[in-house]
Amino acid sequence: MKKFAKLTALVLSMAMVVACFAGCGKAASSDTFKIGGIGPTTGGAAIYGLAVERGAQIAIDEINAAGGINGFQIEYKYQDDECDAEKSVNAYNALKDWGMQMLVGTTTSGCCVAVAAESVNDNMFQITPSGSSVDCIKNDNVFQVCFTDPNQGIGSAQYIGQNGVAKKVAVIYDSSDVYSSGIYTKFAEEAANQSFEIVATEAFTADSKTDFSVQLQKAADAGAELVFLPFYYTEASLVLTQAAAAGYDFTFFGCDGLDGILGVENFDTTLAEGVMLLTPFAADATDAATQAFVAKYQELYNELPNQFAADAYDAVYAIKAAAEKADVKPSMSVSEIGDAMKVAITEVSVDGLTGEAMHWDADGSVNKAPKAMIIKDGAYSLIQ
Amino acid sequence: MKNYLVKQKDNLITFGMVIGAYIIVEILMQAGLISSLLKGLLVPLCAYIILAVSLNVTVGILGELSLGHAGFMCVGAFASAFFSQLTKNSISADWLRFTIALIIGFVSAGIIGFLIGMPVLRLKGDYLAIVTLAFGEIIKNIINVLYVGRDSKGLHISIKDAVSLGLEPDGEIIINGAQGITGTPKDSTFTIGVVLILITLFIVLNLIKSRDGRAIMSIRDNVIAAESVGINITKYKLLAFSISAALAGVAGVLYSHNLNSLMATPKNFGYNMSIMILVFVVLGGIGNMRGSIISAVILTLLPELLRGLNDYRMLIYAIVLIVMMLFNWAPAAREYRDKLLSKINFGKKKTVEAVEGGNEDGNN
Repeated sequence: MKKFAKLTALVLSMAMVVACFAGCGKAASSDTFKIGGIGPTTGGAAIYGLAVERGAQIAIDEINAAGGINGFQIEYKYQDDECDAEKSVNAYNALKDWGMQMLVGTTTSGCCVAVAAESVNDNMFQITPSGSSVDCIKNDNVFQVCFTDPNQGIGSAQYIGQNGVAKKVAVIYDSSDVYSSGIYTKFAEEAANQSFEIVATEAFTADSKTDFSVQLQKAADAGAELVFLPFYYTEASLVLTQAAAAGYDFTFFGCDGLDGILGVENFDTTLAEGVMLLTPFAADATDAATQAFVAKYQELYNELPNQFAADAYDAVYAIKAAAEKADVKPSMSVSEIGDAMKVAITEVSVDGLTGEAMHWDADGSVNKAPKAMIIKDGAYSLIQ
Repeated sequence: MKNYLVKQKDNLITFGMVIGAYIIVEILMQAGLISSLLKGLLVPLCAYIILAVSLNVTVGILGELSLGHAGFMCVGAFASAFFSQLTKNSISADWLRFTIALIIGFVSAGIIGFLIGMPVLRLKGDYLAIVTLAFGEIIKNIINVLYVGRDSKGLHISIKDAVSLGLEPDGEIIINGAQGITGTPKDSTFTIGVVLILITLFIVLNLIKSRDGRAIMSIRDNVIAAESVGINITKYKLLAFSISAALAGVAGVLYSHNLNSLMATPKNFGYNMSIMILVFVVLGGIGNMRGSIISAVILTLLPELLRGLNDYRMLIYAIVLIVMMLFNWAPAAREYRDKLLSKINFGKKKTVEAVEGGNEDGNN
């Protein structure tokens, strides 16, 4: 009986091994570019991974319809990493087996660091739409579309200080999230040089992100005028609702994670009135490119795109611009493409959804201006 | 004596299986026949095999249900990655640094296992399972609030945030709270992984055969009887639990030195992972080391090889898991299998195996 189990196990594992080999038999065809993407499409962070997948898909469809890059069509494949570094590396390897030549990813910072450590060995050109930690771009083959966390933290602190928005500031942040704690750390450092004071710092974690009454109470007790919310809009909508229910009258200030707050289901958008945020993208901006993108996204997926989708869209166009500049061909090897793209991307300028005239430094970070927005009459509007 | 030889042969088969698999994979790798996906999975596979075997010591040999195994792995992973990060520049020989890291992972997880075991092992059955679950979560959460940095003045530790470390400008943060440790050198290789599996098997299989092992198993089978013949219950329970934890620490070292970024998320060190390891053990057969190895390999490979099915793969994975569990352990399925086997006629060995199978039932 044991033997039978063993036998079955053996047969099963052999079947798998055969399956593996079958997978790697495919040779790279040289008439299409193969672009891979990685992000969580299942699990708690799926909302971000799906946004990146879809945003990039729209860009690739547009480019293919317009004749592709350098006359070559793009093939696109997106793999799930469940927001786990180990799975992310697996996804990267699976895409490599598929013949990936350039990578749009990964979506989350922790995974991005792990994948970047692998991609540098292959000299694969990698551009992450939303991996915002500085460690993501340590290697010279990785570029970012979003701001790095430190830049957002410093930018927010400077904005609050220089414009005299408030004197006493409370911070609520997600200590289990790289993005949130990354921004907070730099915000707190920069705050020391600014004219305001951090009177309360309250953390929450992914396990306790539904009730913020304690954090708000402490902020009120400390006499804060402004509460800084460096995290995503789902939690922020709860903070706003609970603050309103408890009768607190803070000014709220957030980063790019807050963009999308007006689209939260069952959220009373009047509560978001007066919320300020520093973001490169707003789904209801009036320029033609954004409107076309938002309309397309809504038509295909029936929801408002968030900043992740816009970053991914821009990432694909950044690849296009650099690939055209360097005149790369699909027949080149991964490493040759990587070498050419690394140089070319620092020489191009891209007008994207998340910024005009975006250009990249050799260290991988992007240069674009953050826009300070305020929510007025149920819409984002630029603060002049 | 004959029985001893039979047991010895059984162990040799287990070692042979691991070495054989290693040789086959190495040959295929030299021939360039292995996909990058599988190549990337080799080291995690080794880590999961060690985890499954080590948990089998607690579950199969000691007979206690532990749901905190990922916590020990977490301790080993972070302790060793911390060490490697500290000495990345001062110890240039990779093998030396990694050997020390392995020892650190083994010892630190063992010590934590010992400390946790003292209060926890007073409990039995479901109670013990729940308390180990809690301890596993505590370990993960402590690491998530731990900030450690280094500058010219030495180490700084905080449990608030990175700012309060008060580092000098040239200082570097080593453990950055929830962001974990970044930039661990990639020292784990498949060969080292296989050697560690062999060492783990050597430790565990010899433990089972030893006098201590028999004492531990007697506790599993009947505590009162064991106590009545003068066996020190606490000592042997702690022994088995600490060894199990220490070996999980080794798996953690292997895991952490394979990835550049190490974060204690619910996914990799939470109770999900603990239960995953328990699934390896239960599917492979409680107390059956070889079964643990095979099921760890199958269940780790399965979701990756099903990548072609995109989001359906987790569904398929779950269904396959159910089917495999039923096939392996449901009474009706076993009866059917026996019937099938008697038709095929596997020969005289059948009676021996039926007896062994009976024992395993007793443990469940």
